[in-house]
Amino acid sequence: MSYVPNTPEEQQAMLESMGLSSLEDLLAPVPANVRLNRPLDLPAALSEPDLRRVVTRMAAKNRNLDTAISFLGAGTYDRAIPSVVPHLQRRSEFVTSYTPYQPEVSQGMLQTIYEFQTMVCQITGLDIANASLYDGATAMVEAVFIALGPGGKGEVVISAGVDPQYRRVLQTYAFARGFTVKEVPTRNGVTSLEELDAAVTATTTAVVVQQPNFFGSIEDMQAIEKIAHKGKGVFISVATEPASFSVLAPPGEYNADIAVGELMSFGNPMSFGAPALGFMASKQKFMRLLPGRLVGQTVEEGGDKQTGYVLTLQTREQHIRRERATSNICTNQSLLAVGATIYMAAIGKQGFRELGQLCLQKAHYAFRQITALPGFEAPFAAPFFDEFVIKSPVPLARLEEAFTQAGIVGGYALDKDYPDMENCMLFCVTETRTKEEIDYLVSVLKEVQA
Amino acid sequence: MSVEKLIFEKGAPGRRASNMPAMDVPTETIEDLVPAHLLRQEEAPLPEVSEIEVVRHYTHLSQRNFGVDTGFYPLGSCTMKYNPKVNEDMAGLPGFAHIHPLQPAEQVQGAIQLVYELEQYLAEIAGMTRVTLQPSAGAHGELTGLMLIKAYHQSRGEGHRHLVLIPDNAHGTNPASATLAGYKSVELKSDKATGGVDMDHLRQILDAHANDIAAIMLTNPNTLGLFEANILEIARLVHEAGGQLYYDGANANAVMGITRPGDMGFDVVHFNLHKTCSTPHGGGGPGAGPIGVKEHLVPFLPGPLPAKDEQGRYYWQEVGPQSIGKVRANLGNFGVLVRAYTYIRSNGPDGLRHVSESAILNANYVKHGLSEDYEIYYPHICQHEFVATARRQKEESGVTAMDIAKRLLDFGMYAPTTYFPLIVPEALMIEPTETETRETLDTFIAVMKQIAEEARTNPELVKTAPHTTVVGRLDQALAARKPNLRWTPGQEVTH
Repeated sequence: MSYVPNTPEEQQAMLESMGLSSLEDLLAPVPANVRLNRPLDLPAALSEPDLRRVVTRMAAKNRNLDTAISFLGAGTYDRAIPSVVPHLQRRSEFVTSYTPYQPEVSQGMLQTIYEFQTMVCQITGLDIANASLYDGATAMVEAVFIALGPGGKGEVVISAGVDPQYRRVLQTYAFARGFTVKEVPTRNGVTSLEELDAAVTATTTAVVVQQPNFFGSIEDMQAIEKIAHKGKGVFISVATEPASFSVLAPPGEYNADIAVGELMSFGNPMSFGAPALGFMASKQKFMRLLPGRLVGQTVEEGGDKQTGYVLTLQTREQHIRRERATSNICTNQSLLAVGATIYMAAIGKQGFRELGQLCLQKAHYAFRQITALPGFEAPFAAPFFDEFVIKSPVPLARLEEAFTQAGIVGGYALDKDYPDMENCMLFCVTETRTKEEIDYLVSVLKEVQA
Repeated sequence: MSVEKLIFEKGAPGRRASNMPAMDVPTETIEDLVPAHLLRQEEAPLPEVSEIEVVRHYTHLSQRNFGVDTGFYPLGSCTMKYNPKVNEDMAGLPGFAHIHPLQPAEQVQGAIQLVYELEQYLAEIAGMTRVTLQPSAGAHGELTGLMLIKAYHQSRGEGHRHLVLIPDNAHGTNPASATLAGYKSVELKSDKATGGVDMDHLRQILDAHANDIAAIMLTNPNTLGLFEANILEIARLVHEAGGQLYYDGANANAVMGITRPGDMGFDVVHFNLHKTCSTPHGGGGPGAGPIGVKEHLVPFLPGPLPAKDEQGRYYWQEVGPQSIGKVRANLGNFGVLVRAYTYIRSNGPDGLRHVSESAILNANYVKHGLSEDYEIYYPHICQHEFVATARRQKEESGVTAMDIAKRLLDFGMYAPTTYFPLIVPEALMIEPTETETRETLDTFIAVMKQIAEEARTNPELVKTAPHTTVVGRLDQALAARKPNLRWTPGQEVTH
């Protein structure tokens, strides 16, 4: 299927109107010695029905979580999405627009992003927010860049309770930019306050802690904040599970300087992990240092001075600052931000309150049922939100086998990232799991053990 | 002119637009589960609106937005081509949209197969050995590519190389990415006569700094829409100096099936799948910026990489110790990759070449049509885009490129990219793409001619445009001087 509308005859007429005879005339600037003198070695074109068949079959080879019962989280969450979200998010005026450089014909996207920025402030309790970033991991790195400043040098202290993938991304950027990363271990499932206290010094540039952390444990952010702020370092909090903001003190309530994380689960499908939706909120004082797009409210230059929205503070950005820029972000995740905005409007104040309660209570119900089984133990006593760690009495491979047979997608095997956590699995129970499904999981575990 | 209230100004206490699942488990007192000092104190003041209000609000907002589906979008260097609907359907299949990135490989064979095959297609299109699909956008690809180059130099004991040559007409992301990779940018002049790289300046820099050159970043065709005729000589000189060649794929819509960055001598290339492979721009993302590399850079790629065993099973292959690590969580913007995959399969090899040829034809057709009324900065045959300048209009009547851009909005068309590349005064950078009909191109040409005429006869009309949009020109200076980045209760809104 070709999406080129003009027929060969029309193209020929266009060429002739310019005094040319063939398409080859237009390729003259491409030197012969760099030409590809053969067709690309790719599969032949498919008609739309054939394409649908081929691709639908590929998709059918995947076990999708509509038909399985999932207890897998670890940074990506299975969340109920109200029907209004995809219906509105997929309106093609949103989908097929570019970054809103011409505000007069982009008010819809600009106003939606302004609403997004506002809602991110509302849930995080912070002053300002940007228009989104690639994902939670890169948002965390961008927050670190703010702390490091234009030179890009300094020392970053990060808790080992931060998502292992996020920490790996930080290491990659640290290698390129030349800053140092000091990792503070966890003890009993939470960041070791003693070791954090020892790690943070007067020269620390940034302190990064995740809430709830990768094990699902709730960190004592009040205590951590005091340590993080004992020098001049910037305190950055990370959240991969935004439903936690409903129940737990949000970053603004424990004096975090910058909050970053992942908002994909608000209104957007998991889509194998991405496109994701990195967010960044901060205290007012970082306004002119924020990366990415910012939408601001203003008024018309003339006429009625009517309200409108524009991309603003663009002198921060790469296309103005070029080599002096502190971030190279150009593209963000606008369409996912649209999804998250509509989601938050749809669930509203009450729904947001209930969401957190559901996750918290259902996860604790599952935790109580599982730990009541003989041999299944909780290695940590720390409070948790909707994820928790269970040490299995049998090897995880056996659990996973049983889960597969039972149509369950099990939790995340932690020994991949934490070698000392043999047979430990991270279970996630969001609002989407029913009591019946949780009881079913427990019955499967019971059978494995027997 | 009209205003749509903010969602926060709508609704009433107690309204809601969706239900949560039932609380079907026995509950405990929250204070027994979470220490009191770690609980949220102040409730998040999200909107309280009904479903009909949500639907009308965001429907109205969408109607206040212009997309490719609304009309012509000649935004230079952004490749605003039509986004096929079947791609959206395929990306939305539950087998792709509702899978978790950490599911075991046995459960996601189709997804790994798709990225495995897409990687091979992209490598073939670019003439590269391997591809990583992790980078989330073009600028992310640039940064990843420079990190690979850095790791490569360090592995050879040449970590002292720290300069990246970037032409004066390059995208702003290039120098910004170089800075973030810990490199220093050196601006490379363009040759005024040809619009290509100033070869004498290149030789001078290479002579003076040979041992410090890490890389050169080039877009080809460049941002003037001109193919760099000396590309093989540039590659030879830079490689001789020990540097690597980075290809900014923003303009790859001009080259598919015609020439390949790998065959031009580039070592690293990024794709903007949201440009070249028709995935929608979504109002500024998500995009996808996979990068392809030649053999010598493969050991440094981020991982894991999709692989296939002898039994035909797909799996994630961990990368070796020389890998730079990960550049984002999970594998890359999968939903975007599905769309790019379906686009490539729809078009096939001949179709992709036809895409590029048609993009070049449409650009030259528009350039030809505008050449009497506007000065074309480089009148040579262009590739997928060209740059006109409004300096004549500015001198004659004070009408600027910005004014012309705004006036176009009145005719139901988006504006070209303005004031870029920076080396062209009053630049209007025009990229029609291959998916526009001749009639649309003719209408655009006629409108541009009319605007040129208005600039001569009634310049005020152009200077005060747009006149038909939902808002007029907005006060950018006020927005930056007194930033208002969020709504707060009681905030005054002018209706």
